[in-house]
Amino acid sequence: MSAATRQGETPLVEMRDICISFGGVRAVDHVSVDLYPGEVVGLLGHNGAGKSTLIKILSGAYHADSGEILINGEKAEIRSPRDARRYNIETIYQTLALADNLDAASNLFLGREIVTPMGFVDDDAMEAETRKILKRLNPNFQKFHAPVKALSGGQRQSVAIARAVYFNARILIMDEPTAALGVRETQMVGELIEQLKSEGIGIFLISHDIHDVMNLCDRVTVMKNGQLVGTERVGEVTEDDILGMIILGKKPTPQTSV
Amino acid sequence: MSLGKAFKQLGIDLRLVGMIGALFVIWIVFDIFTGGRFLTPRNLFNLSVQTASVAVMATGMVFVIVTRHIDLSVGSMLGFVGMIMGVTQLHVLPGVFGEGSAAIWILTVIVGILFGALIGGFQGWIIGYLNVPAFIVTLGGLLVWRGAAWWVTSGQTIAPLDATFKRLGGGAGGSLGATWSWGLGIAATLAAIALIFNARKRRAHHGFPVKPLWAEATVAGIVAAGILGFVALMNAYPVPESAAKRILQARGEPVPDGPIDMAQGVAIPVVILLVVAVVMTVVARRTRFGRYVFATGGNPDAAELSGINIRWLTLKIFALMGALTGIAAVISSARLGSVGNDLGTLDELRVIAAAVIGGTALSGGIGTIHGAVIGALIMQSLQSGMAMVGVDAPLQSIVVGVVLVLAVVIDIIYRRRFGL
Repeated sequence: MSAATRQGETPLVEMRDICISFGGVRAVDHVSVDLYPGEVVGLLGHNGAGKSTLIKILSGAYHADSGEILINGEKAEIRSPRDARRYNIETIYQTLALADNLDAASNLFLGREIVTPMGFVDDDAMEAETRKILKRLNPNFQKFHAPVKALSGGQRQSVAIARAVYFNARILIMDEPTAALGVRETQMVGELIEQLKSEGIGIFLISHDIHDVMNLCDRVTVMKNGQLVGTERVGEVTEDDILGMIILGKKPTPQTSV
Repeated sequence: MSLGKAFKQLGIDLRLVGMIGALFVIWIVFDIFTGGRFLTPRNLFNLSVQTASVAVMATGMVFVIVTRHIDLSVGSMLGFVGMIMGVTQLHVLPGVFGEGSAAIWILTVIVGILFGALIGGFQGWIIGYLNVPAFIVTLGGLLVWRGAAWWVTSGQTIAPLDATFKRLGGGAGGSLGATWSWGLGIAATLAAIALIFNARKRRAHHGFPVKPLWAEATVAGIVAAGILGFVALMNAYPVPESAAKRILQARGEPVPDGPIDMAQGVAIPVVILLVVAVVMTVVARRTRFGRYVFATGGNPDAAELSGINIRWLTLKIFALMGALTGIAAVISSARLGSVGNDLGTLDELRVIAAAVIGGTALSGGIGTIHGAVIGALIMQSLQSGMAMVGVDAPLQSIVVGVVLVLAVVIDIIYRRRFGL
């Protein structure tokens, strides 16, 4: 999709001039990014570049010192993960954020349990829904009654992804979704991203794997030392250009960039 | 079929089987050493009454420990709340409602539970909202509430307590009697069987795999035998002649000249404990609150990212612990018939030990209500058994201490082997 067709469209998410400091250290320094429906934007940068922090502001885990977030062009107040969920922002954390002692269904519905008319949690209904969605994402998944601690890395990842996808996410944040996965499971995540994209969901993808990014993303945003280096369309830059942005913090030369 | 596989099909927790097995071993050993005095209806009745107070608190301690906290203040809190209730029923309420009014014991119990919840909630607020470690807050509480208990009456013991109130402690007239005990037992059995088969029906309805029918029937059979066996045992303990006469007189019934055949039945504090245990199990397994308690214990960060308000949750957990301490204060003060300012001393350690022996992990996220109750029963069995055998007091402490550590060692080995 070219930049021209996006001109009149309202972005799904716009983060404007975001700043946040921890104990005097500017973790994110006047950074602006945006995301359109059906688009995958890669966030790149070294460890400590501020990409995870930026994304945690969007998911409600942190609150920005200054700057604003617009969802569908309207100013949004995201003060907690609960607020973020209200805007249909779902996050798959690098750590997966699973309660190891609970089973898949309890994790999938954590904070959003299905309850009976009496107000009790309806474990059977939740298990049924979990079986349904995991059948789609990971047909081999069998251990519905084991605590997720007893699952393999891929299975745990499936649970975390299922949780993000199940609740009709419109904006999906994936923090290193393939870091702990084997080849086949990585491919599965790639296919899932394509599918979600076609459904009009916007995705922020944080990754260290430049191949992943080149294959899956429409645009990349590069950060260094808390500052924005630049945002480029993947089709218009080379891998070397992106590496230059990450390592040297310099924008591609005008010949390759648009 | 191997034994392990059979247990798996039955869906019975191996750890639970181990705990009950350990309990039976302890009982049999004491029975041998006391020459058959331990496993008598009379002793088991007393054991059940003695266990009730600590077991009630242990169910709350499960939530506290599961969320990686601790509450060292429950013993002192019990003393303070007991004092407040003593003053309420002896010095405040009789002036309002008149001596012997039924309102006295009811309001006293309500005051006790509310006060406990208030104190616990206050401590929970400091822990949750001011981020002070629970160990420190409740260590402070241990000193503060013990001192406060002394202040209520300047150290004087409050006695005698209201006659009806005292029945809640399981003393004279403090048990259900034969008929009511059977009624309770049969109702509980039917409810348990209905629950087991309802759950099976729901799972089948969703198309989930279900246990074989023989397994469900076996579990139901074991549960029914356990409940009804317990009732039969309690009914086998007769009320002493003189007490029976007093009870009949109090009821205004004719007192026969010959021997009176009156059974104790299930003691009221034990009924209270069973109700608390059932409610707490439902809270743990079937409510959002309980789910959040376990999620927070398993991974606090994940719980927070799922939108769970951990501060408020912490406050509620400690308030619940306080309310249960209030109930325990009712039981233990009613059992003694008086409240001295040493009531509940060292109970915090018994309660924590009960929860831990019952399989609650201090690393968080793991623990069961029934485990804590059995843990309390094991602790009390050891203590009364050793007292009956005539073991020296210092040796008693040594044995209880060793058992506590041993239980945790076994639990850790078990968990490691099964990868839990």
